[in-house]
Amino acid sequence: MTFRAEWLRATLLATSLAFTITGPVLAESAPDAFKVTDFLLDNGMEVVVIPDHRAPIVTHMVWYKIGSADEPPGKSGIAHFFEHLMFKATTHHAAGEFDRAISDIGGSNNAFTSYDYTAFHETVAPSALELMMSFEADRMRNLILTDDVIKTERDVILEERRSRIDNNPEAVLDEEVDATLWQNQPYRIPVIGWMQEMQQLNRTDATAFYDKYYRPNNAVLIVAGDVEPDTVKALAEKTYGKVARGPDLPPRIRPVEPEQNTKRTVTLADARVSVPSFSTQWVVPSYHSGKPGEAEALDLLAEILGGGNRSRLYQALVVQQGIASSAGAFFQGTMLDDTNFTIYGAPRGDAKLADVEAAVDAEVARIVRDGVTPSELEKAKDRYVRSMIFARDKQDSMANIYGSTLATGGNVQDVQQWPDRIRKVTTDEVKAVAARYLVLARSTTGYLLPQQQAGN
Amino acid sequence: MPVATIPSRAAAPLITLLLSILFLVLPVLTARAMDIQSVTSPKGITAWLVEDYSVPIVAIRFVFGGGSTQDPVGKEGLANLMTGLFDEGAGPLDSEGFQIKLDDAGAEMGFDESRDGIYGSMRMLAEQRDQAFELLRLAVNEPRFDQLPIDRIRSQILSGIIAGENDPDTVAQNKWARALYGDHPYSRSDQGTKESIATITPDDLKALHKAVFARGGLHVAVVGAIDPETLKKKLDMVFGDLPQNQALRPVADIDPKLAQHVEVDYDLPQTSLQLAFPGVKRKAADFFPAVLMNEILGGGTFTSRLFQEVREKRGLAYSVNSSLINQDHASALIVSTGTRSDRAAETLGIVRDVVKQLAEQGPTEAELAATKKYLTGAYAINNLDSSSSIAATLVELQLDDLGIDYMQRRAGYINAVTLDQVKAAAKKLLSAEPTIMVIGPKLAGAGKG
Repeated sequence: MTFRAEWLRATLLATSLAFTITGPVLAESAPDAFKVTDFLLDNGMEVVVIPDHRAPIVTHMVWYKIGSADEPPGKSGIAHFFEHLMFKATTHHAAGEFDRAISDIGGSNNAFTSYDYTAFHETVAPSALELMMSFEADRMRNLILTDDVIKTERDVILEERRSRIDNNPEAVLDEEVDATLWQNQPYRIPVIGWMQEMQQLNRTDATAFYDKYYRPNNAVLIVAGDVEPDTVKALAEKTYGKVARGPDLPPRIRPVEPEQNTKRTVTLADARVSVPSFSTQWVVPSYHSGKPGEAEALDLLAEILGGGNRSRLYQALVVQQGIASSAGAFFQGTMLDDTNFTIYGAPRGDAKLADVEAAVDAEVARIVRDGVTPSELEKAKDRYVRSMIFARDKQDSMANIYGSTLATGGNVQDVQQWPDRIRKVTTDEVKAVAARYLVLARSTTGYLLPQQQAGN
Repeated sequence: MPVATIPSRAAAPLITLLLSILFLVLPVLTARAMDIQSVTSPKGITAWLVEDYSVPIVAIRFVFGGGSTQDPVGKEGLANLMTGLFDEGAGPLDSEGFQIKLDDAGAEMGFDESRDGIYGSMRMLAEQRDQAFELLRLAVNEPRFDQLPIDRIRSQILSGIIAGENDPDTVAQNKWARALYGDHPYSRSDQGTKESIATITPDDLKALHKAVFARGGLHVAVVGAIDPETLKKKLDMVFGDLPQNQALRPVADIDPKLAQHVEVDYDLPQTSLQLAFPGVKRKAADFFPAVLMNEILGGGTFTSRLFQEVREKRGLAYSVNSSLINQDHASALIVSTGTRSDRAAETLGIVRDVVKQLAEQGPTEAELAATKKYLTGAYAINNLDSSSSIAATLVELQLDDLGIDYMQRRAGYINAVTLDQVKAAAKKLLSAEPTIMVIGPKLAGAGKG
């Protein structure tokens, strides 16, 4: 859990780097060297270029504004399944040809699917950029799907589900907690899909999905690395630019949450579990769905409450009271719709899970009641600024954050102005979001318990 | 929402969605080579330095040879516990004082252990590097090992040990290590046992620190915004006062024991399979032929034979791969996959067929040529994608005694390998009867699978 939170924070921070000079610590960076350019192709495809000339490497990513939360009812997993199918044959290239072309130049490639987007990426030398674009532009429209291909790859995603979810009690519980936290919104459905629906996905579903969403006007191209915007533009027009614009897609208006009025609990007892743990989640605004400043305040709240070894939860439960082996909090800000805020903990020694939960709740109550101190807030902001500088060391983080921001309704300026907005958050604003959202009477708690505690 | 994103084809965990891109580096992909300087301080501490001012940070990575194999019998988990304590108080600073200073300095410090070494690393903002290096000096030379943090970290480790008691993967990995390595230190758990970690005292920690933290076993790499003259001063400050010689207990070389069948019976929806074959020593003449052979069998690409036969053609698994494992005293080639339990026997049969065919016939000329291209090109992307990973790679090159110009030479070694050499490597490693582990329900019609 902790690891994921750190990763999310790192990617969010990564974005902001370099573009906005937030203080003397960033003064060394040369804004022009990292100047981000964005433009639109005639067919509606958005393009963002993030030049970085420190190494002759380029990251090429195509983000489609389509994720699992956009799937039709009963077809859960189709977004992720389709992502797999994009690696099959096209009218111009046999199956595996793209992979071999990348291997031949020592490049790397992969793809991933989330609730709000699906992305395909390659890392190669700049001289191969046009080749990557031509392969990606080709598979945007020319995929050949046969029943054989569908059947074999469907078996692969079923195995993927077994290894990620079904073999792992923690993942099974997380899935059920999501289905309980979200009462209406499609984030209640797992990205990978429900097993019985995945088993039924077929060629008709895949073709419909492809034809509707895999269009240049539903895609964002991110090119980061040793390239110039003019070159990228010329190459993109030559490749992606030749793909016909698709019909306009309707706005992504999804079912939204009703008012939540209950405290819900979800319990899983499993023979594989020896140490119990819990997490409590709330529905909160994201950077896209919140009012100005809310998500920034929630980011800082998560950092102060449970963001690491200096956080309140770690200090109180792990260090001072000595009742927990872990305790923390995190907030996932980059979502198209509302998102979740999570606190968690696990006991150590003779402490009981109930003791840990009570102590975590007490820290939440304290921050809701008394807010945060000015020095805590400043330290949290400093940590963000520091992480931004560290993040500049990895080009892929920047490509990821621009891609995920643009695919969830944001724009280049949102990314660039983010550090300034973090700097402006006040202690009152942090206290206000804590009081508004961290209400136990409308939360969902998941308990992972050893088998012998079942039936309590 | 536990699954933020799902990568489609990586055999590894979710973190693989962080693509590897490199920043400061470039060998192979261009004719230029990364500029690595060897810097030696007045007190004789040598570090490899990549000087780069693109980002105002400094990353340092170092290792002292001798890791958890140095845990005395009955004190298993000692090295692991020690690595949890370097930022928990040093010199005049107690645990809290140290961590506040570290946060104020804008630095991140980490220590970890492997079987064969104790590793340290730090990332710092260039403009605060004096404060950061001072904290590193304290941690390396004067760790306090106070009782309170010892007890806290120990009880966190204990929670982890208890958490693994009924976890199939943890149980299996312990059983696997015991089957392959018998009573050798490599068979022991890095974390230790409930009993062993209970006995560890501050004196044990001090004794291990004294035995391992010496200049004789040290390798250092630094990447970032620092010049050689400044680095020399920092090297002397951080490491210059350590004793000259380590006092390590000897560790024997060992070959993993093969031709065994290990079962970990659990009622799971997916069965994990693991196969161990002989490996090849890093310094052996046939190391690169074996590397190429492994890549063709089940390495990092989507074109490997195992990936094609098990996943692409038959949809039997999401993940299937092979890797060469090289520790200081043992080598092995490990194949792993996972498949629905009612098809586990069939999958094991396919894996064994693929292995057998490669052992008997070797790869094709075309496979070898493609794999050479991949391996020469991918090195930078896989190993040099940030300052920290460059520093880590440079430390490993030092540990393996490969020379400061290794990156320029590496492509030559790969390209010099002949088809006959790869065939010989395949025959030598893959003809052996492997040790096979099955985690899940008993295989239908089991036995040898």
